[in-house]
Amino acid sequence: MQLLTVEDLKVSFPTPDGVVEAVRGVSFSVDRGKTLGIVGESGSGKSVATQTIVGLNPGGKVSGQARFEGRDLLTMGRDELRRLRGAEIGMIFQDPLSSLHPYYRVGWQIMEMIRNHTDMTKRQARQRAIELLELVRIPQPHRRVDDYPFQFSGGMRQRAMIAMALALNPKLLIADEPTTALDVTVQAQIMELMQRLQDEFDIAIILITHDLGVVADVADEVLVMYAGKPMEVADRRSLYYRPHHPYTVGLLESLPRPTNKGQRLKPITGQPPSLIHPPQGCPFHPRCPYVMDRCVSEMPPLDDADGGVAGHRSACWLPSDIAGASPELDAQRLDVAQRNRTAVAAAPEGGAR
Amino acid sequence: MSTETLLRLENVVKHFPVHSTRLLRRTEGVVHAVDGVDLDVRRGETVGLVGETGCGKSTLARCILRLYDLTSGRITFGDTDITELSRRKMRPHRKRMQMIFQDPYGSLNPRRRVGPIIGDPFAIQNVADGEERKRKVQELMELVGLNPEHYNRFPAEFSGGQRQRIGVARALALRPEVIVCDEPVSALDVSIQAQIINLLDDLQDEFGLTYIFIAHDLSIVERVSDRVAVMYLGKIVEFGPTEQIYNHPRHPYTKALLSAMPSADPDVAEARERIVLRGDVPSPIDPPSGCSFHPRCPKAQQHCVDVEPPLEVKFTDPPAHRAACHFPVGDGEVLAHATPELALDTEGDVL
Amino acid sequence: MSQLSAATAPPEPAEAGLSEAAKKIEGRSPWQLAFERLRRDRVAVGSAIMIVIIALIAIFAPLAKRITGHGPAGQYRDTGLSPAGIPVGPNGMFWFGTDELGRDVLVRVIYGARISLLAGVAAASIAVLVGVVIGLAAGYFGGAVDTVLSRFMDVVLSLPYLVFAIALVSVIGSSMQVSIGVIAFFSFSSVGRIVRGQVLSIKEKEYVEAARSLGAGNMRIMFVDVLPNVLAPVIVYVTLLIPLSIVFEAALSFLGLGVVPPTPTWGGMLSDAINYYQVAWWYLVFPGAALLVTTLAFNLLGDSVRDAFDPRYNRLFAAEE
Repeated sequence: MQLLTVEDLKVSFPTPDGVVEAVRGVSFSVDRGKTLGIVGESGSGKSVATQTIVGLNPGGKVSGQARFEGRDLLTMGRDELRRLRGAEIGMIFQDPLSSLHPYYRVGWQIMEMIRNHTDMTKRQARQRAIELLELVRIPQPHRRVDDYPFQFSGGMRQRAMIAMALALNPKLLIADEPTTALDVTVQAQIMELMQRLQDEFDIAIILITHDLGVVADVADEVLVMYAGKPMEVADRRSLYYRPHHPYTVGLLESLPRPTNKGQRLKPITGQPPSLIHPPQGCPFHPRCPYVMDRCVSEMPPLDDADGGVAGHRSACWLPSDIAGASPELDAQRLDVAQRNRTAVAAAPEGGAR
Repeated sequence: MSTETLLRLENVVKHFPVHSTRLLRRTEGVVHAVDGVDLDVRRGETVGLVGETGCGKSTLARCILRLYDLTSGRITFGDTDITELSRRKMRPHRKRMQMIFQDPYGSLNPRRRVGPIIGDPFAIQNVADGEERKRKVQELMELVGLNPEHYNRFPAEFSGGQRQRIGVARALALRPEVIVCDEPVSALDVSIQAQIINLLDDLQDEFGLTYIFIAHDLSIVERVSDRVAVMYLGKIVEFGPTEQIYNHPRHPYTKALLSAMPSADPDVAEARERIVLRGDVPSPIDPPSGCSFHPRCPKAQQHCVDVEPPLEVKFTDPPAHRAACHFPVGDGEVLAHATPELALDTEGDVL
Repeated sequence: MSQLSAATAPPEPAEAGLSEAAKKIEGRSPWQLAFERLRRDRVAVGSAIMIVIIALIAIFAPLAKRITGHGPAGQYRDTGLSPAGIPVGPNGMFWFGTDELGRDVLVRVIYGARISLLAGVAAASIAVLVGVVIGLAAGYFGGAVDTVLSRFMDVVLSLPYLVFAIALVSVIGSSMQVSIGVIAFFSFSSVGRIVRGQVLSIKEKEYVEAARSLGAGNMRIMFVDVLPNVLAPVIVYVTLLIPLSIVFEAALSFLGLGVVPPTPTWGGMLSDAINYYQVAWWYLVFPGAALLVTTLAFNLLGDSVRDAFDPRYNRLFAAEE
């Protein structure tokens, strides 16, 4: 059984301008010792989805299921969820400054966290805090334990956050853009640290990021989200080397990669959609170069793609066997698309080059 | 690209005093934001400026545009020494150099309409008026891929990528020769970044623009730059043609930066040698002695602590490729497991 | 060039109908957006209507005089006082009753609205004008200018204003102008501080840097880029400053330091009524209620205005994009 299984999660928020449908039916699961990468741009719903399952999104209308070791997190009582959070599910966020209280010592905050969930004495908790800081490689932890957050650098704060998230040996770690605010060399430190801790403690990690580069070498499985919906899910290699969904293909081709060296970058045309009035049918259709008639009206199901190798699924009407990114494959896709659309509705506005 | 030098920086230094916050302000220290930078930029080329937070790249950009006055050093633009020009004498030169800012939300005044924002350069430099200004602005909007009919909209009504196009249009208005791009795509969504990169590329071809391109994303810098300068703690530690820097990095810091570069390709990402630097960038208020990288450098020796290395050609590299290191990295040298000769009690962590 | 723009042009979203398209192209300013939010807010609309009614009553106060036939200072000792010389309660002739001199409380409350509103609005306007200029200068120029202006504002804020006002009035005598001046003097500092704080953050924005990189001068940056962006909190504060000033004026009048009798003011009436409320409750209740309703309306409106400009709302809005 998987450690966490989320099924058909939907989240919406009322705003003065209308209902924001942030997450519109997402399913995923992650097991101990594995890493799930959730990739998406701003507004894709990737953060909302994970925040919702740990009860950090008050005010939203939620439906679906999120079973953590068999217990549904979405119907769980507030107190029970709070006990679970921290103890069994650790979390780290993009901005460690806003998650660490500026007026309390780092060590004290870790101790509080430990003492809230266990019956350790103050002395034991302090010892544990020092151990944890050492674990995340904060130099001179016995001294640093008494520092305030502002005395830490950005990378050290993020490491302290990881220490706090790991304080109670959680089974699941949710990392929401943990390295986005950090410099590349520090980013590398943090990623290495997370992998080492995963190996050591057999933790399941959900790594949320907008950067396909961050998950390329750490995720076991990658889920690509767009406008609140899952677009494609696959094991890492299939996703990067045999992408099926035009959005995934577009994301990969818009990045400078060794494979497109010397070529002009191929951006995805257009702008991300509004979540208040998301496009009908497939949300990506206004920007998709391979849009077909049925894409405009019908949302494709998340079905096996590329033979369904190792759980590769994609929500696109294109034939499931066209997988990968290359000019020939693009031509094939275009060919299929052209045969399946009426001339008038042709091509996304602005046109693909 | 020609060989004509358009912009020359000589030993540019910018220090910011740090004040105490007491009633009587006292200078308590100096931030060495830019600490002696020599750089020459040729007409029509793109010079990439990379480095981590606090390395001084944004400060350097603002020095070039004379948004900051230099502490010392000299900046020559074309034939003019602009280092000491007064605000009034500087104004005509401002037409020739412009800036594109990082934050597409912060760089546009939220309370003004887009047309007047793009028209600001005309208004401030008294170039065009009334209908003519409007026509010119709409031409610019079209040029950068915006709908000219959106002249009267407000910035909030545009997405991040479109706002950055507005910033590009504004920078382009006076047909400058140099545009300093300060992290122009780092705040944008991945799918939008390439749009802006391609736009900048097209504009460079069309108008023969010279770019100084500041970014922390090394893969993007590699794509856009002819030459790349790597900055660390206010100094350029390596400078050279892009393919030299990326394929034959000489400075251990450059090598570490490149190794930490995220790659959206599992094989490449797994295969690369990951050099995990210890600690963080030291404070620019009290930079380390000698080579400022020595507390984090896997190759550091006592010599590095004592003597600051000059920026010079290493091995048989072409003369355009220079690095500031006493013990440069050879081709194929593995750094990941190099143990420092120097026992450092602080582990390199400085506040 | 056309080829270039075609190559890089992003697709513009298809505009639905022409009318809708035209509307979209025009664009709504942040002010318009705030105003529209305000218009949808029932409390805001209600309190705005209340304020308008009070203002109309104040403007057309002479009408009340004509209808009742009672002047604001007129003493109706035979009809307005009982044979024992006690004020009469509300009746057909004096709807709000009379005071100890037989004057019509209704007419005096109505005329009092003139003083209250005038003092409140005038004092708040002066305070805002001075506060914005000082705050803008202090925040924008910083350094010595900031030190001098900020310390000055600190000093004003730390003065015990009532004691100071009493001293001031006893020296130069009391009048409407003095009241307004005193209120404005003790209010501008808070406006100045708010503005200064805002300016400090706004002047670090990239769009200010952009203007500077284009060669814009200080005046242009201050008035085109900085000022419009500090106005929102100022407007919110003004709607709260007006009722404060009204209360301040009432307090001055209550202490006999405000407008000179027999000109009716709410504060002055309350002060006089203190001695008579056991025999003439109306004398205390009606001016008190007028003061309460007026300040409440302004305060409620102020809260709504703040909500309309609420940055949290804007953040939510931005996050959707």
